Amino acid sequence: MPAIPLANAPQPAATSPAQIRNFCIIAHIDHGKSTLADRMLGITEVVEQRNMRAQYLDRMDIERERGITIKSQAVRLPWRSGIDGQEYILNMIDTPGHVDFTYEVSRSLAACEGAVLLVDCAQGIEAQTLANLYLAMENNLTIIPVLNKIDLPAAQPEKFAEELSKLIGCKPEEVLRVSGKTGVGVEELLDQIVAQIPAPVGDATAPTRALIFDSVYDSYRGVVTYVRVVDGKLTPRDQIQMFSTGVRHEALEVGVISPEPVVSKGLGVGEVGYVITGVKDVRQSRVGDTITMYNNPAKQALAGYKDPRPMVFSGLFPLDGADFPLLREALDKLQLNDAALVYEPESSAALGFGFRCGFLGLLHMEIVRERLERESNLSLISTAPNVVYNVTSGDGKEIVVTNPSEYPDGKIEKVEEPIVRATVLAPSEFIGTIMELCQERRGVLLGMDYLSEDRVEIRYTLPLAEIVFDFFDQLKSRTRGYASLDYEPVGVAEADLVKVDILLQGEKVDAFSAIVHKDKAYAYGTMMTGKLRELIPRQQFEIPIQAAIGGRIIARESIRAIRKDVLAKCYGGDISRKRKLLEKQKEGKKRMKMVGRVEVPQEAFVAALTTDADIDKAKAKAKE
Amino acid sequence: MSSELSFYVHIPYCARRCGYCDFNTYTPSELSISSDLSGVSRTYIDQLIKEIEFAHRTLTQDGSHSPITVPTIFFGGGTPTLMEPTDLGRVISAIGNHFDLANGAEITTEANPDTVTPATLEALREAGINRISFGMQSAATHVLAALDRTHKPENVERAVVGARAAGFDEVSVDLIYGAPGESLSDWEATVDSALALPITHISAYALIVEDGTKLGAQVKRGEVVMPDDDETADKYLLADEKFTGAGFDWYELSNWSKPGSHCRHNMAYWNGSNWWGVGPGAHSHVDGRRFWNVKHPRAYGERINAGADPKADEEFLDAQARASENVMLRIRLREGLRILDLPQSDRLDELEDYARAGFIDQESWRENRIVLTRTGRLIADRIVRSILF
Repeated sequence: MPAIPLANAPQPAATSPAQIRNFCIIAHIDHGKSTLADRMLGITEVVEQRNMRAQYLDRMDIERERGITIKSQAVRLPWRSGIDGQEYILNMIDTPGHVDFTYEVSRSLAACEGAVLLVDCAQGIEAQTLANLYLAMENNLTIIPVLNKIDLPAAQPEKFAEELSKLIGCKPEEVLRVSGKTGVGVEELLDQIVAQIPAPVGDATAPTRALIFDSVYDSYRGVVTYVRVVDGKLTPRDQIQMFSTGVRHEALEVGVISPEPVVSKGLGVGEVGYVITGVKDVRQSRVGDTITMYNNPAKQALAGYKDPRPMVFSGLFPLDGADFPLLREALDKLQLNDAALVYEPESSAALGFGFRCGFLGLLHMEIVRERLERESNLSLISTAPNVVYNVTSGDGKEIVVTNPSEYPDGKIEKVEEPIVRATVLAPSEFIGTIMELCQERRGVLLGMDYLSEDRVEIRYTLPLAEIVFDFFDQLKSRTRGYASLDYEPVGVAEADLVKVDILLQGEKVDAFSAIVHKDKAYAYGTMMTGKLRELIPRQQFEIPIQAAIGGRIIARESIRAIRKDVLAKCYGGDISRKRKLLEKQKEGKKRMKMVGRVEVPQEAFVAALTTDADIDKAKAKAKE
Repeated sequence: MSSELSFYVHIPYCARRCGYCDFNTYTPSELSISSDLSGVSRTYIDQLIKEIEFAHRTLTQDGSHSPITVPTIFFGGGTPTLMEPTDLGRVISAIGNHFDLANGAEITTEANPDTVTPATLEALREAGINRISFGMQSAATHVLAALDRTHKPENVERAVVGARAAGFDEVSVDLIYGAPGESLSDWEATVDSALALPITHISAYALIVEDGTKLGAQVKRGEVVMPDDDETADKYLLADEKFTGAGFDWYELSNWSKPGSHCRHNMAYWNGSNWWGVGPGAHSHVDGRRFWNVKHPRAYGERINAGADPKADEEFLDAQARASENVMLRIRLREGLRILDLPQSDRLDELEDYARAGFIDQESWRENRIVLTRTGRLIADRIVRSILF
């Protein structure tokens, strides 16, 4: 058994770089990364069998439930190679598995010398995996291709080994085959990590440079910063300095994760571990930043630092207006752990007080919302997500619009919107369908390549706004779930955009305003007015619903007046019952928002702002 | 206690149960008794008389001996005419023995047009009943079938004419509209045939689908489709127009009468007066206290025979509940609601909107009353909600 008892393993700060291998696992959701990681923890015996639980490294409930990793971690695994019999330290750096977190992924990759490319051998490679693979190749990482789940009856290892070999330029038989579930091939994989991935190289005598690849807020310890030491070393009591901010901190504690935190005497060249400085906010310890010594600073930061930039904005409002302070508190708390989350108070005539929030992307948005609701027990309405527009008005003034309500009235000189480069991987039978969808969404075809006989990679530039608006759902449903998508921002482009307002009885409902392409304005207007006609209950007067661009009406619907709202009978025995029914209806009325004289059920806001599938639910609720 | 007390007398028996009915009534097979209810009348009425005695003891236990006048008695059900007319007479006598039955008191019974004969009608008059209300429901056979009613439309005329001949000066029919399969012209024919009868009063109710009824289950399962509310609204407008044209004025949302022939008993409910309901499941209201009896006839009988209070539960109305009920009930009346009596004075703008839109009668509004127009009556519950919250 090549596992090494922990106490006998090479210790942090006393491990030569030659004994170290830093690697990450690149995989798509569901391809079994967490199961493989669990298996590695078991085989290297850093976690005792009786303490093992599924998805050991995924800390949040949300991560376990959704099977995704939001924050990365790094685990120190001692391993005696079955090939040369020597002792090694493997640092497994877990990477987030979603398109919204490309930057975080790139920093995790930058902390490694090699990557395990893990692909489910019943499904083949997915677009995000491919994107991360390219990212790893750009970082000059050694790639070890691995097919997982070879125990599955539906496994097609030959087909997908062929596919992987083409992608990375190796021989199909060099693709390892493992099963995280049964453990088959995992020891060999660990040996290959040792054999193939280069040891880290750094200058132990140079001024310290350590790359921050993650930072996590812990309510007991403050911010825990995960680092990879490139040059020099990090020891407790060091006065350290952040390159981007110049701020000085003391390293109160230095340690490694194995897979629980273990305090160490320090971290040397090539080592991976954590530093605690006592700061309370992850924005003071930013992913991608370089840690150096205050008294002996390095001249140059490590390359690749970027400020997190929100790409998608949405308004978050508490269903119950009284929860506004609670929402603020919850956001403040969440921001301690999420440097990419930005927000500022917003007030909506229709939805009351809330926050305009900026996110890295749709998943980030969903996760934030879910965490707010779950961890702070809030019920929230979120407005339709939108991107950031650069608008130049008629008088030459430039403004950045993150909210349709900020869109200037009057003449617009120019509007620019963010553009992404999107990659779609799918079985070739769906080429037509995918191109049709991308064309509808103002896409421009960049190119197409066959990954294997029946799988293609299609590349498009698309406005981010189009992706934000249910593109992924459409892609999935039109390809029966087979297509995968990845995208990265590539700049901005001028576009013919307009703001569409929705009016109820002549009153603008700010929550429903949207910035859309001119050719889509009519479709948006009819869709929204149609939805609202279904969602708003009839009232004692007719309610015209209009969609308008400026003063021009582009679509209209109307909700007919209700004619009967009375129970015919009311005798002696009915009186109590009827009064109690009234009291119940009073509760129902509390859930109504008034837009002018029109009562709009909160469910209508929620449903109008989400996709079609949710509408039926809301209708059912509104009728109760 | 104020000096007036009406009596509601519940007869919880029916030959068979109608599909839409959720009243507290039982068929012989449900109670495992003989199908002609023979022998039930006497023992059941004995129990009612004991409750009347109990009511008297309860209301006079504070030692007050001021006389309590009974202005109205109403036999409802169920099917009161399944009881022997002489037994109904015993109830009236018992009330008269313990209370001060007013001169010219209104004494009503509900009746099934199928089961009354000239002889029973005579006997009912003899027993002291002076007002009779027939469950006509509809003149269309297929509508009656949809409602599970067994009577033949032509029996209604025979029953009404028979009642007049027996000396009933006040005769009412109950109609139901909006049943599954009823067209607007079906309803018009029903209204016309009711108006052709020698009656003084009409109640017309839009069918309410209640949970727990056969009809409720059929609608839930999608076997029966209810006509839409807009069509039912049209039926109300049609009825109100025709009734009014024939000299029947509305005095409550679902009730119309010739001048002076309104049902005084029902008005007592809507005015917040006191009444005592005797019989299983019957509700009572005495000075802001509402209480109701145990529901099942057997449980009721056991309590009564043991000399116990048959009450199942009660509630005391606080000022707010009273105010809500006052709005909820009075807005349904021709007299309407005084703006002075509104529990919240900040709703005048909303009410002004209703008045301007034709839901509140303009003239009454100028006189600081809320009297609903035809279209207003159709959305009375909505207006109540605007007033109350």
